[in-house]
Amino acid sequence: MSDWIEVGVLNDIPKLGARVVSREEGDIAVFRTAEDKVFALRDKCPHKGGQLSQGIVHGDRVACPLHDWKIGLDNGVAVAPDEGCAASFPIKMEGEKIMLSLTPVEGCPNK
Amino acid sequence: MKEKLVVIGNGMAGIRTVEELLKIDSERYDITVFGAEPYGNYNRIMLSPVLAGDKTIDEIILNDEQWYIDNNVSLHKGKEVTSIDRAGRKVIADDGTEESYDRLLIATGSDPFIIPVPGNDLEGVISFRDIKDVDAMIAAAKEHKHAVVIGGGLLGLEAANGLMQQGMSVTVVHLIDKLMERQMDGPAAAMLKESLEERGLHFLMEAQTESIVGKDRVEKVRFKDGSEIYADLVVMAVGIKPNMKLAKEAGIHCERGIVVNDTLQTYDPTIYSVGECAQHRGIAYGLVAPLFEMAKVCANHLAKMGISRYEGTMTSTKLKVTGIDLFSAGDFTGDETTDELVFQDKARGVYRKIVVKDNKILGAVMYGDTIDGTWYFDLMRDGTDISEFRENLLFGQAHLGDSGHGDDNRVAAMSDNAEICGCNGVTKGEIVNAITVNKIFTLDEVRAHTKASSSCGSCTGLVESLMSYTLGGDYSTAPHLKPICGCTDKSHDHVRAAIEENGYKSIHTVMEAMEWKTPDGCSKCRPAINYYLVCKFPELNLDDSQSRFINERAHANIQGDGTYSVIPRMWGGMTTPQELRAVADAAEKYNIDTVHVTGGQRIGLYGLKKDELPAIWDDLNNAGMVSGHAYGKALRTVKTCVGKEWCRFGTQDSTGLGIKLEKMSWGSWMPHKFKMAASGCPRNCAEATIKDYGVVCVDSGYEIHVGGNGGIKVRATDLLCNVDTEEEVLEYSAAYIQLYREEAHYLERTAPWIERVGLNHIKEALIDNPEKRKELAERFNFSQTFMQDDPWQERAKGGEAHEFTPIKVIG
Repeated sequence: MSDWIEVGVLNDIPKLGARVVSREEGDIAVFRTAEDKVFALRDKCPHKGGQLSQGIVHGDRVACPLHDWKIGLDNGVAVAPDEGCAASFPIKMEGEKIMLSLTPVEGCPNK
Repeated sequence: MKEKLVVIGNGMAGIRTVEELLKIDSERYDITVFGAEPYGNYNRIMLSPVLAGDKTIDEIILNDEQWYIDNNVSLHKGKEVTSIDRAGRKVIADDGTEESYDRLLIATGSDPFIIPVPGNDLEGVISFRDIKDVDAMIAAAKEHKHAVVIGGGLLGLEAANGLMQQGMSVTVVHLIDKLMERQMDGPAAAMLKESLEERGLHFLMEAQTESIVGKDRVEKVRFKDGSEIYADLVVMAVGIKPNMKLAKEAGIHCERGIVVNDTLQTYDPTIYSVGECAQHRGIAYGLVAPLFEMAKVCANHLAKMGISRYEGTMTSTKLKVTGIDLFSAGDFTGDETTDELVFQDKARGVYRKIVVKDNKILGAVMYGDTIDGTWYFDLMRDGTDISEFRENLLFGQAHLGDSGHGDDNRVAAMSDNAEICGCNGVTKGEIVNAITVNKIFTLDEVRAHTKASSSCGSCTGLVESLMSYTLGGDYSTAPHLKPICGCTDKSHDHVRAAIEENGYKSIHTVMEAMEWKTPDGCSKCRPAINYYLVCKFPELNLDDSQSRFINERAHANIQGDGTYSVIPRMWGGMTTPQELRAVADAAEKYNIDTVHVTGGQRIGLYGLKKDELPAIWDDLNNAGMVSGHAYGKALRTVKTCVGKEWCRFGTQDSTGLGIKLEKMSWGSWMPHKFKMAASGCPRNCAEATIKDYGVVCVDSGYEIHVGGNGGIKVRATDLLCNVDTEEEVLEYSAAYIQLYREEAHYLERTAPWIERVGLNHIKEALIDNPEKRKELAERFNFSQTFMQDDPWQERAKGGEAHEFTPIKVIG
């Protein structure tokens, strides 16, 4: 794939925190878990559009700041019984460097 | 190899334990369940509505066969275990099936008590215990006319009502002159009897059954006094007895039930017992609520977590007869040391009695309108001091000032499209549907499925009543024992006490030491623990910004559209031309459309993008303005009137006092938001009597009011005391805030906190004990030395830059 871009290094994101990749087509939130796993989701909760990057990260989930929906970081899918998804974007780590693909993983319409 | 767990009894207690176990450890055991009945697990307490035709059997099945398959639980359906071989660690069923075990759970429930009179084995004489009995009753109703129910208790009346609904003529026979004597007192029992008679039930009171007469099938019931009545069907509903036959034969110690300890183990530690067959601390429970708590503790122990203990349950009762509202809990008889508060209105069919001792509720009986049952039950279980609202107690919680939901609270009478949760627009019908379709029992589950009661929480009481009405029982945990969230079994009080005792200094340490079930908590527990640590150790700077809600992390309020608001402090509601000019300049510079004068006497600017925040803060800082903490669980505003400097009625300098209060307490983190006010005279223009801490100046000094709330649920303050000087007002304020900070649960406002602990508790700490007051005030002032740095300034100078800037901008 040709659309991998470097967005920064691991330590740019606080543990259990998130940063935003800003773009015209809509922001992408990049998360870092307690175990230093990095995930990227469209920064828009499937419920009322809350910015997931502003939520509290716990385990492999983020709680939306608006109404506390829990969204799975690895796939963008809302935790049951809520239903919906935010598109997920591939991430690969090259050492400390965070590489993000701007082509979302197929399956979720909310890109 | 996995260990083997065998469960004898496929009922609510056994399966609930299995469910709790699977939740915390689904790998440890191979699980096998024996059930004598040919069904999956069903909700036994809903048999009455099935009999009455309000529900079908399918609707009350809790775990269908697919559930056992999905969860790898082997089910021996329709097989009755006949013996336990403890030496060989195996159980043997009536068809010869044998299963060996490493751990065994006996959940055999109870058997109906059959009174030993001649003829009790005739055809047509049954009990009311399982689906088989209900089928027999429905079949009998099709062919026969006269039913006699022996026993005027809860079960008997529900059976009688059901049979009447099925078209039979029903007579209830009761040994004494009062129905439901274990749950009702005289007046309530009389009202109940009258109302049931109006519906068409017949009663024979003080009637002792001598024999049941008939050739093949029952024909008559004969009484000790020689009288007889016709009967085609006799239902024995005089009581239940724990089913402990198996345990007894296996040599396990039994008294009235199978004796278990606080971890639900019998005298053989590999064998556990839960539910109606068990006897714990001398009590064999016959109701459903205790079984849920037992199941949780037992599962915890089976999973070898071994941290929780079962300490008994206070129970409450409701009669499941449509149209009759009846509630009872605790000791409602009382004695010479107790007081009775009684309200009776015969014409409206309403009766309430509350038994009180030392200003604590011991028990309650309600008839006609039971909406406040859950509230009284909570007050009783928490041992809340009710002295401050004792005069209004009988009139219910609505009379304490629930402006939103004061009227028409009877959930049973509400229509299905009545809105219960105003925040999320959830109706009664949706909640009832979620409860029945998803087979859920707890408030948290209702919240997850419907969102009802998950925002502001003001409808929680209504939702709980609705659950109790739909499920036929109160399954809730006593409030002070409620776990913080699904990550733990520990309550707020447990966590605070553990931090106090063990000096834990990080969220991670707390979670590890207290055996959290999740690696790093969730959006409920992490902010709570973070607050408790910050409160306990102000000098150590333990604050974890990633455990704060976004508003407190970004020091601005996130709005629905993702923009933020900025509200600088205006001390005591005072401002200057210079400040106003700075605010106006900032509004123009950042193209702010909405400039709003807030209810707290300051000015809010709305619609800022996150990356603009540090710049606007810098501009405001340059005009001498600092963060107003309008986004935080912290001191918000101190509202004032102009006081005696200008007002002809003013008695003191309320404005100056307000500024002093605000300068003293700004920047401190609290369990929830905290508002103050100072009014210059009793006309109270600053509305001090709906604030968390309000001062009303009078000619002789100052009245101090606490625990007010103008929000969802309006609550006027309680008068704490009168003082003479401003210094005292400040000291009481510091001490009161610190007491609140140290004792309230995270996200608990002062109003519910005071209702929970009682005003006397506050008075004891602040008035009766001047030493303690001084210590509290000193601790607050010490804490404040670390808290009063303007968070805006730090960030305007470049601190926490990652919070406000994108990691990357594309295009």
